[in-house]
Amino acid sequence: MIDKIFLNMTRTSALLILFIVAWIFVVLFNHSTEAMQTFGLDFITKDEWAPNLDKFGAYAAIFGSVASTFLAMLLAIPIAIGVAIFLSEIAHDKIKGFFGVSVELLAAIPSVIYGMWGLFFFVPILRDLFGGMGIGLLAAGIVLAIMILPFMAAVTRDAMNTTPDILKESAYALGGTQWDVIKDVIIPYAKAGIIGSLILALGRAIGETMAVTFVMGNVHHTPNSIMDPTTSIPVTLANEFTEADSSLYFSSLFGLALTLLIMSFVVIAVAKFYFLRKVRKGQ
Amino acid sequence: MTAVQKRIIINKLALAFSTLSAIIALAFLFWILGVLVMKGVHALNWNIFIYEGSPPGYAESGLKHALVGQLILVGLATFIGVPLGILAGTYLSEYGKNSKLAHTIRDISDIMMSAPSIVIGAFVYAVVVMPMGHFSAWAGAIALAIIMIPVILRTTDDMLQLVPGTLREAAFALGAPKYKVIIDIVYRGAKAGILTGVLLGIARVGGETAPLLFTSFNDNFFTTDLNEAMPSLTVTMFNYAISPYDDWQQLGWAAAFILSMFILGLNIMGRLILLMGKRK
Repeated sequence: MIDKIFLNMTRTSALLILFIVAWIFVVLFNHSTEAMQTFGLDFITKDEWAPNLDKFGAYAAIFGSVASTFLAMLLAIPIAIGVAIFLSEIAHDKIKGFFGVSVELLAAIPSVIYGMWGLFFFVPILRDLFGGMGIGLLAAGIVLAIMILPFMAAVTRDAMNTTPDILKESAYALGGTQWDVIKDVIIPYAKAGIIGSLILALGRAIGETMAVTFVMGNVHHTPNSIMDPTTSIPVTLANEFTEADSSLYFSSLFGLALTLLIMSFVVIAVAKFYFLRKVRKGQ
Repeated sequence: MTAVQKRIIINKLALAFSTLSAIIALAFLFWILGVLVMKGVHALNWNIFIYEGSPPGYAESGLKHALVGQLILVGLATFIGVPLGILAGTYLSEYGKNSKLAHTIRDISDIMMSAPSIVIGAFVYAVVVMPMGHFSAWAGAIALAIIMIPVILRTTDDMLQLVPGTLREAAFALGAPKYKVIIDIVYRGAKAGILTGVLLGIARVGGETAPLLFTSFNDNFFTTDLNEAMPSLTVTMFNYAISPYDDWQQLGWAAAFILSMFILGLNIMGRLILLMGKRK
């Protein structure tokens, strides 16, 4: 009797996760139908976002999300791989421990603080270097890159560490230099794991709100250069959700949320199920 | 230049690049940590804990409202999220095991762990704030709980699976029903692990701002009414930081420092408990 109750309690809780996820999709979809019916495909291809005219085209926001994430990946990937190589192949155990603690420290910092740092300390430097306002796509890309760097480096290092020592030793025995071993043994061996980790970091970057809200500018305009202020989906949501005054405006914002959810779902699913599953099975 | 020399040079260059990237990464990280500590410590004083928010320019302004609000929000979220997460994790580890349903739930919950938190905020806005007609602490806590559940589910599932099957079998052999085996044997064996999961789950939602922006919203005054908009450290930090007033920005940095220390403390505590559990 109690056995059955307990089983049902646990099963209901477990099913609740599936239910919530499905519910999120349904709710976002329902609330965005008005915008989708009004604008159709124009919603994602036009960049005119004019609440006063009841015209909503999300292209600038989608572009901003993709571009800032791309920029962040471009900056973070080489450095993260460099750091991972340093940690798994070069550093002494003491430095490794120290670095591990630092990564832990940074993971503890809420993303809104990265945004504050970006606004007060990094944007002025960009402004001095490149002129303009300093706020914009480049600032967002750099702040995002710094934010995902520790996570990215840590998971890439973990992937590299799965390479069996015996493989590395065989390569050294053949006279390979450290770099030869890294590029011809470790990276090919850990390839799937590394790519999966990088995509996972991408999935996190694309949905990040607070780190970029400060430094992106929230201007609905497709940027001409990386110094131009622009917007992204999470930035638009954070800035405008509480200000929306018409049902079409609301519906468009829900449309943005749905677009973002689908984008990140696909990215994370590809990372987890295509790349990282292989790694788990391989072990 | 011989081929060997070339390889040695390339090797040195590659290793130098790798060391350089580690230095660049550390430099940025220390820059941010340094700013946080310097600005935070500079802005700390007792007034922060005594006074609530006030218009810019008043000396008697503090963060009491946001500190208490943050505790209430995270406490409520823990109250909702922890039991659900632990029960769901129990189902996966003890009943579902390798069934298709269990794997689907694990996969979906893994994806949810990295899903954009602002979308969760939008969802809760639609299902809680809109029907209620106003922002509330409940809405904020529900949004945080939704983010917390997958973290706790995952660690509970992993930790319960670490409990040896022979322990369960021994208890079954004594005639114990399954729920008793789970509660008295499995939970007891995985106590440290589950506690770590809970602490990490709390740490995960403690720093969230995005899902609170349009669920619990914000308020510059002290309140404990769960049906009203509730201030939180994160949203207060955000609002103060983008304000043009110097004293508000100072308070923003103080909030950033306090919150980071709190979350860091939770993380360290979680790891320590796990370490101690292992050592036994």
